[in-house]
Amino acid sequence: MSESTTSLIISHRRRGRPRSGLRSLWKSPFFDIAALIIIVVTLMALFPTLFTNIDPRDCDLSMSRVGPEAGHPMGFDIQGCDYWSNIVHGARTSLEVGVYTAAISFVIALIAGSLAGYFGGVTDSIISWTSNVILGIPVGIASLVILYQFRSRTVWTIVFVLVLFSWAATMRYMRSSVMQVRNLEYIQAARGLGVGPWRILRSHVIPNAVTPLIVMTTLSVGAGMAAEAGFSILGVGLKLPAFSWGIQIALASQDGNWQIAPLLMFFPTLMLGLTTLAFVVLGESLRDALDPKARR
Amino acid sequence: MTALLEVQNLSLEFRSQGAPPIAALQDVSFTLDRGETLAVLGESGSGKSITAKAIMGILPRPASHITGGRILFDGDDLLTLSAARLRKVQGARIAMVFQDALSALNPVQTVATQIAELYRVHRGMPKKQAHEAAVDMMRAVRIPDAANRANDYPFQFSGGMRQRIMIAMALALDPDILIADEPTTALDATVQAQILELLGEITQERRMALLMITHDLGVAGQLADRALVMYAGRVAESGPIGPMFDNPAHPYTKGLLGSIPNAAHRGGDLPTIQGLPPDIAQRPPGCSFNPRCGYATAECRTELPLLDVFAPERAAACHHKQEVIADVALGA
Amino acid sequence: MSLLELESVRRFYKQKHTMFSRGAHGQVRAVDGVDFTVEEGETVGLVGESGCGKSTLARIICGLEAPSDGTVRWNGADVSAMSHSERKTLLHRQVQMVFQDPHASLDPRRSVGQSIAEGITTHRLLPASKVEARVGELLTQVGLNPDHAHRYPHEFSGGQLQRIGIARALAVEPKLLVCDEPVSALDISVRAQVLNLLNRLKRELGLSIIFIAHDLDVVQHMSDRIVTMYLGKVVEQGECDDVYGATAHPYTRALLSAIPRKLAPNERLERVVLEGDPPSPIDPPPGCPFHTRCYAAIERCATDVPALDAVPGGRPEHRASCHLAAQITLSRVGMVSTISSSPSPSERNT
Repeated sequence: MSESTTSLIISHRRRGRPRSGLRSLWKSPFFDIAALIIIVVTLMALFPTLFTNIDPRDCDLSMSRVGPEAGHPMGFDIQGCDYWSNIVHGARTSLEVGVYTAAISFVIALIAGSLAGYFGGVTDSIISWTSNVILGIPVGIASLVILYQFRSRTVWTIVFVLVLFSWAATMRYMRSSVMQVRNLEYIQAARGLGVGPWRILRSHVIPNAVTPLIVMTTLSVGAGMAAEAGFSILGVGLKLPAFSWGIQIALASQDGNWQIAPLLMFFPTLMLGLTTLAFVVLGESLRDALDPKARR
Repeated sequence: MTALLEVQNLSLEFRSQGAPPIAALQDVSFTLDRGETLAVLGESGSGKSITAKAIMGILPRPASHITGGRILFDGDDLLTLSAARLRKVQGARIAMVFQDALSALNPVQTVATQIAELYRVHRGMPKKQAHEAAVDMMRAVRIPDAANRANDYPFQFSGGMRQRIMIAMALALDPDILIADEPTTALDATVQAQILELLGEITQERRMALLMITHDLGVAGQLADRALVMYAGRVAESGPIGPMFDNPAHPYTKGLLGSIPNAAHRGGDLPTIQGLPPDIAQRPPGCSFNPRCGYATAECRTELPLLDVFAPERAAACHHKQEVIADVALGA
Repeated sequence: MSLLELESVRRFYKQKHTMFSRGAHGQVRAVDGVDFTVEEGETVGLVGESGCGKSTLARIICGLEAPSDGTVRWNGADVSAMSHSERKTLLHRQVQMVFQDPHASLDPRRSVGQSIAEGITTHRLLPASKVEARVGELLTQVGLNPDHAHRYPHEFSGGQLQRIGIARALAVEPKLLVCDEPVSALDISVRAQVLNLLNRLKRELGLSIIFIAHDLDVVQHMSDRIVTMYLGKVVEQGECDDVYGATAHPYTRALLSAIPRKLAPNERLERVVLEGDPPSPIDPPPGCPFHTRCYAAIERCATDVPALDAVPGGRPEHRASCHLAAQITLSRVGMVSTISSSPSPSERNT
């Protein structure tokens, strides 16, 4: 069957690695804004002193819920701590939860999905069965129960619980992607050349199958951050004296605090929402850019 | 006598964002008479498939733009018809059979339902009558046990049978023209022979015109009365198939015919056309075939040859056609 | 001693039982008792349609699948008796496959140079410093520019990709190339180039080739011997001239007559057009597997399985599994005959 004319035309033969779709990313204004937000938030997390000089723990109860004034652009929170400073320092925790969860989940899903998809048989049965069990557990209730067991909860506690429940779905994506690639002719050719299965997995299968996984992972960063906020509101998240946007939202929602000073609720919610949205846009743009159909 | 279908100077472009437009067809002209079979021969980039789609009115949108020419069918220019009038022609008077029957058929409807739909939509037949007509059509394309198989789904048929079902759908409304776009390329050899035989018989029985798009010279030779050879979106040569195959006038036709293995080549090398199939996004100046042509001269690299009638019913677009004819006659 | 010898090779698959499967549950007899040899320096053409088992046989020969039964011998040594690493060294270096779809047979994320080098590095045939030069050599050998080794598959045309696939196969210096429909997906004007390349390489490197194709004209051009398969069994084999000129099996006749061609005015052809479709290898019919579609079948064909015997009156290597081989080989059914033409009117007048 000859190459059809239409596909020849659309293929725009490009030089170099088949990743030229990434260049088109920069053309979209949404992507630019999303990237900017993520960069700013990351800087906030890594270098809080760039954004504020005030120690977030330097609190004066007498300044509780006072509005903005000189040197304190967002006023004070319930305990009289500088609000803006808390937001800045909170970025780190929220981002940590989101990124660590996504990264660890990614690694587990990559390995489990590749093994299950490529080797099939017993390996696949075990991994798939395990993931089915996890998928069958009601996530909300189960995570609450587990978190409640811990006396002290750190970022890593939260990450552990989130990873526990999120690797299963991501693994299935990777597995089906691997199963598709496994039967392609260039894999058969590598086998025919005597290349061992581990090497085939590493050099041929995973690079070609990993795209959906990358996209899902970027999307899940925002989900992780939102989950942390949810846990905090429900009282099973991080505890003071930790900082996080989730804690701030939780504090603001208590005792009707937000009715008196609505800004207490508004800003952390805004930061959380914007960052989550930014990661969603990033994930969607990546998916479009890496989609081979748009290039071939 | 006017021909049933007349394509005049058809030109077509593909336009996409951020890239210069690509001329997929340039100045394509040919005729098709009632009851005759015309083979459109060509390879990648030749434009044969896109020509068929242009006639059928199913060009890929929004990329395709007709930049010139007319397609005259029974007096009307198909390119200027309203959507409503075009729908009356599509399926009813000009029908098409595609290469891949599996994706052209709806997997969740029985085959009889799909054939019957044509009768119900175009002729307003009631359900039962349409079903009967559909089964009749299945018999006409020689599907064994048609009455029982009518309620089966496409996946329950083999590739050859599905192709017959597509032909049945195409013939349901007794069209004047059947366009077949590489209908047998994906089929096994013996199944291909069955389908070709079926097409030959049906076009004879119904005095239907057949426009056969193919890259296979043997298929063209077996079924067609006349042939149109296309290269890089232009017509290279046209004429009755016997004289064309015996005495090609275009170097490309000559090269294609020569590269088919036959007894004379046993043990030796096949004569080849050097170079690669054309990239229509980057045509060379002058004749598109010149980089691969053994007869090319300076004229060929600057002047585009026009399709020129050099003998009754025979036309070729080549500055050196007389040389080609002479060489073939000498057996070179 | 033959280069490659297959004896009574069988490959069965258990049919998967799913909730929605209908029909016979049982075995798919993809290859059902095949004897097959390839000598050094010869091209064997393997023809047959869907379901005949030729692709499965090719995979067994290349070591991509193990047979369910039977023996595979390479230069006399039984392959199945070897350890995994011995087999790797032997099979994967001596036999290589050239695939049908040039676009799918190369990893899109690696440069063509890396794909070609993969065999060299896997088997550690050369020190790392010499690999690049060897890749360049191979590209030149298949008629491509060695400077393009760093380019990616999407930058090449189908014909060029097929050449790259051949270069990759040659990188391990095999003795046997199994070409599975190597030109079917290519444009006609490019096919001849690749076929000529294969023949040239065969001469230069002393290769043996198994050429699988459904286009019988091409197979005839390329092959010294032909093997026809149907439903997992060999139905005819022999020298090219015998199988094409004195065809002894009705299925081969059907395949030959199915070649679409234009008949000259003085040629006649009684075409064999088979009824129905190529059968599925799940439930082969009793007796001769072809008898349900055979134009010459007699009563005996439905009960007795014919053996692959020498065709009476032909050379001993020409074999067919048909009870009526003697008659089939002599008839003109399915073959083009030239009739003597009476002098044309213009000639008569001179």
